[in-house]
Amino acid sequence: MPREEMEVAPPLEYLSILDEEGDLDQELEPDLDEEELVQMYRTMLRARRFDKLLLEWQRGGRIGTFAPVSGQEASQIGAMSAARDEDWFVPSFREIAAFLWRGGDPVDMTLYNAGWNEGVAIPEDARDFPISIPVASQLPLATGLAYAIRLRGEDDVAMTFFGDGATSEGDFHEALNFAGTFQLPVVFVCQNNQWAISVPRERQTASETLAQKGLAYGIPGIQVDGNDILAVRVAADEAVKRARAGDGPTLVECVTYRLKVHTTADDPSRYRDEEEVERWKERDPIPRFRRYLEKKGILDEGEADEMTDSVEEELGGVWEEAEERIETLGGPDVMFQHVYADLPPHLERQRKWFGTDEEENDNG
Amino acid sequence: MPQITYREALNQALAEEMERDETVFLMGEEVAEYDGAYKVSKGLLERFGSDRVVDSPISELGFAGLGVGAAMTGLRPVIEFMTFNFSILALDQVINSAAKLHYMSAGQFSVPMVFRGPTGAALQLSAQHSQACETWYVHSPGIKLVTPGTPADAKGLLKAAIRDDDPVAVMEGELLYNVKGEVPDPEEGDFIIPLGVADVKREGDHVSIITHGKMVHVALQAAGQLAKEGVDAEVVDLRSLRPLDVEAILRSVHKTNRAVYLEEGWPYVGIGAQIVALIQEEAFDYLDAPVLRVTQADIPMPYAKNLEKLAKPDAKRVVAACKRVLYQD
Ligand SMILES: Cc1ncc(C[n+]2csc(CCOP(=O)(O)OP(=O)(O)O)c2C)c(N)n1
Ligand SMILES: [Mg+2]
Repeated sequence: MPREEMEVAPPLEYLSILDEEGDLDQELEPDLDEEELVQMYRTMLRARRFDKLLLEWQRGGRIGTFAPVSGQEASQIGAMSAARDEDWFVPSFREIAAFLWRGGDPVDMTLYNAGWNEGVAIPEDARDFPISIPVASQLPLATGLAYAIRLRGEDDVAMTFFGDGATSEGDFHEALNFAGTFQLPVVFVCQNNQWAISVPRERQTASETLAQKGLAYGIPGIQVDGNDILAVRVAADEAVKRARAGDGPTLVECVTYRLKVHTTADDPSRYRDEEEVERWKERDPIPRFRRYLEKKGILDEGEADEMTDSVEEELGGVWEEAEERIETLGGPDVMFQHVYADLPPHLERQRKWFGTDEEENDNG
Repeated sequence: MPQITYREALNQALAEEMERDETVFLMGEEVAEYDGAYKVSKGLLERFGSDRVVDSPISELGFAGLGVGAAMTGLRPVIEFMTFNFSILALDQVINSAAKLHYMSAGQFSVPMVFRGPTGAALQLSAQHSQACETWYVHSPGIKLVTPGTPADAKGLLKAAIRDDDPVAVMEGELLYNVKGEVPDPEEGDFIIPLGVADVKREGDHVSIITHGKMVHVALQAAGQLAKEGVDAEVVDLRSLRPLDVEAILRSVHKTNRAVYLEEGWPYVGIGAQIVALIQEEAFDYLDAPVLRVTQADIPMPYAKNLEKLAKPDAKRVVAACKRVLYQD
């Protein structure tokens, strides 16, 4: 009758390629196209800049609340860039950087944040899901997508994003269990940004890493330095490759940090000290990647600065453009659309009533 | 009487009950270190410690069920949902456990617990976070539901809910937390409002506006406008949706012979549908007009500010409905 250790799961790996100085482990360095590297860097800059603008607009009362992405650009772009356009993007509510990488239009996102449903209309050919507010609710959807992909005999992949806090929801566990049991082509990208509003990562779960949660479901897990875009990319490339080959899902835990507020309704100074934020600022993914690009001779200092300016310029016009679009929208009719595939008679009646009442109802 | 906010009233109720009865504990997301998403539990962590004021992982189903289990041993958990919108994923534990286990154990186990938090819309929180959740809870036998609209009602009803031996949902309003009102001084003794007792918030003879929760304020606003036009509306705040104060509803309808139900939620199988059924069953001969309902448009809440405003019930529509039942339009 033995009592002995069992080997139940592969050991967990931690991956980091590029350190804070922009120095790297050459053996681990991925072989990426220069143009793509530049594109990744530019998208990080756009995300950071857009975040800043959104925050200003929110403070100025122009848009509603939103969840800033600053600090998590490498996790999102590193992962998303491993997927191709035909793969599916299933976000939570903080994926501004991944959205931009997918070719999302900042004007659309601005419209949406300003409260216009039209802004969330996803282009016909884009395989992007809308954001989801209930934490972790998007994960079973990604599993369902992957199931459909398999049923259709396609080789696409579903990539879904969520936070450390989301791993406490049943939806997370059930989605992973399904994906593992059916060996579905899903990549689960957990952005462990250390906080779920005011609750620190340690009080979310007693497990040492989040990546290891995959192991219980028979899913390989890997923990990566989420502020190192190369490490995230390498882990995501492997995960996407595995999924595409029919070898099942992967859980990638990106260790990163939310540099700003949880949402605009939050005041982080109540629960975390400035020192911690400062420490993480030193590990900011953007300057780190810039140093790498400079050391590799892909961008020189002048080009990098120019890029920052051109991004500022590009995004400088977003608000005006959004305002122009808003001018063309409006009318209460839109709120009755899309409740059902076809407008049912009772909504037709309500629509008419609201329509005739438009003026009176102070539609402004 | 001191004027305090709705938030402070709830806080007083929690503090007093936790002080009085050490089986009461509070659990939910952000309730401890952060004082609650809406600051209702301010100061309670320092006062009662982290065993009784507990920050939970983001696991609504888990902590709702944990509350039921603890309640079955005789503790009195107060489970805070950041909003009842997120309790939708905990409904199995609410409906299938909390509301059933007294019955399914032939009375051997009680489930003396409270589920509380805001229900309904605030401002631009979008479709998944702006729903009036009353119907989902009140539909099931075995659970009680109260919807305080004022600070005094918030305090008195929450205290009664905590002391009740059945599971009680206390649905608050995000836009009510800052509302001020008179609440009896704690020095003057325990202030309890029994479950199942409605309150006439304004007396009137011409038409009854029956409502609950934060819509009480919209009803009063409408009544004010009607008064300027010579219409004397009565505002009946149900306060409790289960148990329901049937007598109070009938009393008012007997007096005015006309009624409008106002609610924040959707019309379809809404609370108003129940009240209208009750009135026609019990007071048909007293009615001078069909009973009308004023509700949210039958659509998910739009995110756009202007559309959200349009979709929600407002005083203007209540006035219009009252005029219709008075045949004045
Ligand atoms: C089911 C559900 N419960 C609670 C909330 C409120 N809420 C919004 S975000 C959040 C924290 C999420 O933390 P995490 O998963 O780490 O993601 P992060 O915000 O850090 O990106 C909470 C509790 C919600 N949106 N949905
Ligand atoms: Mg987090």
